[in-house]
Parts: sequence; structure tokens; C-alpha cells
Amino acid sequence: MSGTVFRMPSLGSDMEAGTLIEWTHRPGERLHKGDTIAVVETQKGAIEVEVFHDAVMGRPLIEPGETVPVGTAMAELEPLEAIAEQGPGAGRAEGPAPAAGSSGAAPGAYERLGGTARGTGPAETSAQGRTPAAPGVRASPAARRLAAERGIALAELTGSGPYGAIVLGDLAAAAKPGARAPAATPAQARPAPRGGLDLAAMRQAIAAAMSRSKREIPHYYLSQDIDLTVATEWLGARNADLPPAKRLLMGVLFIKAVAITLPRFPELNGFDRDGRFEPSEAVHVGSATAIRGGGLIAPAIHDADRLDLATVMNRLRDLVSRVRSGGLRASELSDPTVTVSSLGDRGVDRLYGIIYPPQVAIVGFGTPRLGPWVVEGGIVPRTLVTATLAADHRHSDGHRGALFLAALAQRLQEPDML
Amino acid sequence: MSTPMTAETIQTTYREAVRAAIREALLRDERVFLMGEDVGRYGGCYAVSKGLYDEFGPERVRDTPLSECGFTGAGIGAALGGLRPIVEIMTVNFSLLALDQIVNNAATIRHMSGGQFSVPVVIRMASGAGKQLAAQHSHSLEAWYAGIPGIKVVAPATLEDARGMLWTALEDPDPVIIFEHVMLYNRAGTLAADAGAVPITGAAVRRDGSDISLITYGGSLFKTLEAAKALADDGIEAEVIDLRSLRPLDDATLMASVARTHRAVVIDEGWRTGSLAAEVSARIMEQAFWDLDAPVGRVCSAEVPIPYPKHLEDAAVPQVPVIVAAAKAALHR
Repeated sequence: MSGTVFRMPSLGSDMEAGTLIEWTHRPGERLHKGDTIAVVETQKGAIEVEVFHDAVMGRPLIEPGETVPVGTAMAELEPLEAIAEQGPGAGRAEGPAPAAGSSGAAPGAYERLGGTARGTGPAETSAQGRTPAAPGVRASPAARRLAAERGIALAELTGSGPYGAIVLGDLAAAAKPGARAPAATPAQARPAPRGGLDLAAMRQAIAAAMSRSKREIPHYYLSQDIDLTVATEWLGARNADLPPAKRLLMGVLFIKAVAITLPRFPELNGFDRDGRFEPSEAVHVGSATAIRGGGLIAPAIHDADRLDLATVMNRLRDLVSRVRSGGLRASELSDPTVTVSSLGDRGVDRLYGIIYPPQVAIVGFGTPRLGPWVVEGGIVPRTLVTATLAADHRHSDGHRGALFLAALAQRLQEPDML
Repeated sequence: MSTPMTAETIQTTYREAVRAAIREALLRDERVFLMGEDVGRYGGCYAVSKGLYDEFGPERVRDTPLSECGFTGAGIGAALGGLRPIVEIMTVNFSLLALDQIVNNAATIRHMSGGQFSVPVVIRMASGAGKQLAAQHSHSLEAWYAGIPGIKVVAPATLEDARGMLWTALEDPDPVIIFEHVMLYNRAGTLAADAGAVPITGAAVRRDGSDISLITYGGSLFKTLEAAKALADDGIEAEVIDLRSLRPLDDATLMASVARTHRAVVIDEGWRTGSLAAEVSARIMEQAFWDLDAPVGRVCSAEVPIPYPKHLEDAAVPQVPVIVAAAKAALHR
């Protein structure tokens, strides 16, 4: 069984490239699905990037400090049997394939690396057999052949050609025939501080995403005033005996209420893929979080519809702290199927959100306020909140949106069911 | 090609070299005759055959009606009958009227007769832009002919080739098409006094270089050499290859050059789509892929009917600065 490569993930529709800050695993180490494999700096700060399946860390194809476009191969991943066959740490360490004849360990892997390991003189190798060098590394054919002949690992070189491709000139300084490649290029002088947010870059990212949203998505907007009195009282009673660290915020009720309402409205939960709607069974609520100094990010609370309120609260706290300190995970950025934006207690009555592509809906909650409400024919002061829905008219209609807001309002009348 | 070792040279032009070649052929072989529109009394629309009518008479320098299909067919028939005709077609644009004769007769008869008949006809035609003759007289359709099995296609760019290719073409038992770029006729230079026949196959390295192969032919050769000079000022040594023969292509020379330089740009006055440059590029990809350090570049004509206004005509066809830029792009400089 052959391995795969790990590629720079897209952590949002506005992401074009990412910078590798560090590898969190060494070649040969076991990776479980969901493990962090690398820390990548994006316009949204330093993100921990996860692997999607069990594997063994293989050879890195890029170095810390390198910025590569989304989709670029970053590292090789070996199948698990690589460990079984060789024992941990064996085999695919950095460096070029060993010289001809070492066909013992993980032959499949070396073959994919280009067959140079077993290659004999160029005269004897067929054109096919000469396909040298690491897949996924951008290198000219001539550079690949020379690297193979000299036993130089392309992944350890920095390309000076177009798109960072390794060209012949880059090999000139590398090892002479027979010699091993030099150690990896010295660490760049820019291991970006983890969590160091580039607010200007984030502003650009927000600008790109929101411009695209307003340009491409035909939004419709609905709003509904909701009586929050019952929920407020319930929340007060529940928090009364709890230490501050365990108290629930009203925003958590909003997230949970949205999450459990959405399965009945699948057209609001999912993604637009090139104009076609791809519904999501899971409900991953992106919780819009403001960043001090400006900027905004909406990382996911995964499967929010299945979590109890206390867990949602914990996740929210964790997210907010990591938004501010850095260390968000890739899946948290790319997974949200819907966004909830809640102004908290220092905002205005209502907000109309802009959908974050490729999502198709955003639910807004204004600041809960005391206001006049008609109860049984009389006007009484009640705690009110205005919920809004901005949704993609390509995939849903106002009628369904209205039913959603009405159902949401009903959910908030039964807080003990949340 | 080989410059003879004799010291004696003459000053001449491409036009005079072509005329000298025709004259020599008429003198050496009584089966040779020239036919075409205005080649006789008028002396040829590019004045190539001036004086030959007076010297050889109307039997051997024959004016034809404006009927490319008719007189090209007559030339093919004469060749089948044992003569060695030189058919001149005023411009490649007009040759399309003779395409049926060339593709369906000249190119096929050896094959369809099981080798019983040869068609030793030579068809000369002018091609290319630069004289403000507008879209019906300025195109470079060499690539179309270079795709036809059964014929040979050559493009003499130098005085030596203008002087020497015709005789070899006449000796060839199969049809040979000679493309003479209109901007070459006035080019002056030095030619060995005893210059004579040269091979009609094989490409020639016109300038040695180690950094990039600039592959071209015909009217673009001198622009390419000029570009190579400009590149040298920037420290880039370009090898310039003159294809000379467009069919068959001399793959060995091309690949040997690319193996040395690892980069190639093809300069071709034809339209880019389906151009000769496309064919050369594909062959390099097939045969020299592992030698390449950069994608093969192409400098071709804009995909428009060649314009009449001077500035637009200039802009439509390959020019020195564009060639320089393409070479630098291939070098990532």
C-alpha cells in the first residue's frame, strides 16, 4: 500500500496560502486521525492543522518558514504498516533515498520517490524508470534528473524558479556527485510567534470574504423579536449556585437553540459548492468572535446540536481564549456549517449578518433588552431579543427562513429543553 | 551550413542568390524550366527571375495564367513526364488554390502508384509579413505544408541556402516546397564565389550558446540572431538553431541543443495554434523532457489576419524585444 501526501489545507474560502511554522511530528511518528501535524500561519493567525486519517509522518516536503499555496504537498504520509514493517522512526527519515541496492525497507515508498534508489546508470534506465525525485515538489525535469543522479533530496532545497520550482541552478550549490545532501536549510529567521495575529492581513481576509459574499450571494433578511423572559429567568436560576467559571452565558442558549432547530431546516445548514447546495447532516456552529484591536473570526463548535449546554459553554470559552492566544485548529476554521453572531450585552437591538462563504446562512442576535410586550391583551415590560436571519436565496426562500425564526423563538421559550 | 574554404567571395543579395540558383539549374539541366505568374516578361513579382526570360526564352521561363491550381497541376504533370519544373507561386496565400494538386497529387502519387512514379517538382513560394501587403499576401502557412507526408518542405534563410537548396531540391525524386520569406530578398551579404548545392535536410546551429536554445527558421532567423546578441549583453548565451528543413524536422540537432542548454524558445512567424512551433515544442517535450529546466516557450504571430498598417503589422509578428523577453522568461530572469 502506498502512502499519500499531506497538503496545505484551505482554512476558509478566502485563504490562498499558508506559512509553515512548525512540524509537530517527526518522520516515523504515528499520527492518529485528528492529530495536529503542523502549525500553519494564515491571515487568521497560527492554526493547528490536523490529519484526516491514521498515518505515519513521512518526509517533510517544505521547511518551516516556507509559504505555499493551498493544495501544495507539505509532507509525505506513510501507511501504518510502515511502522509495523520497520519499527518506529525507521526508513523514511529525511534525506535522499539511499544508494542503489538498499531495497530492504519500505520499497514501495522509495519507488514512489522515483526509483532512483535502485536506478543504475542513466544509460541503462528507461525513460520511465528515470522519473526521479519526490512527488509534490516543484522541480524542473532537468533538476529532477540531476538530483537523482547525484542523490540529492529535492525536498531539502529551496527553489528559485517560477512558483518556487527547483531548477538546475539550485542544484549547483548542492552536494557534489556521491555526496549526501547538506542538512536542511537553516531555519529561517522568521518562526512567526504563535498566535501573533497580523491584523492587517486579517482585515484583508475579511474584506475578501465579505466582498465575495456580497457580490455572489443573494441575501434575504428576516427578523423576529423574541420574548426572552423565561430564558433569562431560567438562566439566572441555573447560574445562581454556580461559580463564575461555570456559569452559562445567554449566547450559549442562542447557539444551542439554533443548532437544534437547524436539522428541520436543512437548506440553511451546509455549503454552496459552485452554485449547488451541499447540505450538512452535522451542525457545526461558527461562533463569531471579535478580536481585540479589530477583526473577527468564527470558529466552529462541532456538533453543537448534540452537546449539552455546559459543554457548549466550555467549548465557547476555549475557542474565545484560543482566538485571542492563537492555536485554533484547522477544522475549527473550515468546518462551520452555519454562523451565529451574537452581540452580547453591549450592542444594539439587531444585527444583519453577511453570510460567510461557502455557508448559506448566518443567524444574528442583538443585545437582549427590556421592552414593551403584549401579554394577554396588556402591555408589560419583558426581556426581548431580536433574532435575524440572513440566508442565501439561491438555496432557500423567505418562507422557510420565517418558519426557522419562528421555531427558534419557540425553542427559546423552553430553555430547560435545550 | 558549410562555408567553402575558398577565400574568394562576392557581395550579393538573397534575391540574386535565388536567381543565380535558378540560372545555374537552367544551364546545367535542360529538363529544368521555370513557370509561374509574371516570372517571364515582368521578371517575377519580387524580381527574382529578372533577365532569365531574355536569356533562356519563353520555352524555359514560362508565364502562366492566374490559375494556381492549373499551372501547379501542369508542373506536376511535367515532372511525371520526365521534366524538372520549378513552379513559382507568388505567395503562400495563393498556393491554397493549388493545395489540391499538391496534397492529392504531388504528395500521393509515389505512394498510390506503388513507387512506379515520382514527382520531382519544385514549388517555390514567397511567404511572410513585413511589406504591408495586407492579409491576403502576408501569411506564414509553412506549418500547414510541413504537416503533409509525401513532400519535403524547406525554408532557406541564409544566402548559402538560397543559393544552394534549389539544385538539391531539383535532384530530389519527390516534391520539394521552398519557402522564401519576402523580407529576406533584399538582405545583402557575402557569399563564396563558388557557392553551390547544399543539403536540404538538417538544421543548422547559427550561433553557439549554452544558456538557451532559440529555434527558428526563415524570416525570423535574423531577428532571432539579433535577439541573441541583445541577450549576450545581459550575460545570456543563446544558441540559435535554423531549422532549414521544416519537413522532415531534424530532431537530433534540436534535442542535442536542448540537452546542452536545458531551455528552448521557438520563434515562428506562423499563427501560434497548430504552428510549427507547436510541433517543435511537442517533440522537445516527447524526446527531451528530462533535459528541460523550464517550459518550452513560443514566440508566434498574433492570431489575426496580418494587418495592413505598418505598426499593426509589426505588432502582429515576432519581433526582437518579444524574443528577448521570452528567452528571459524561460531563464526566469
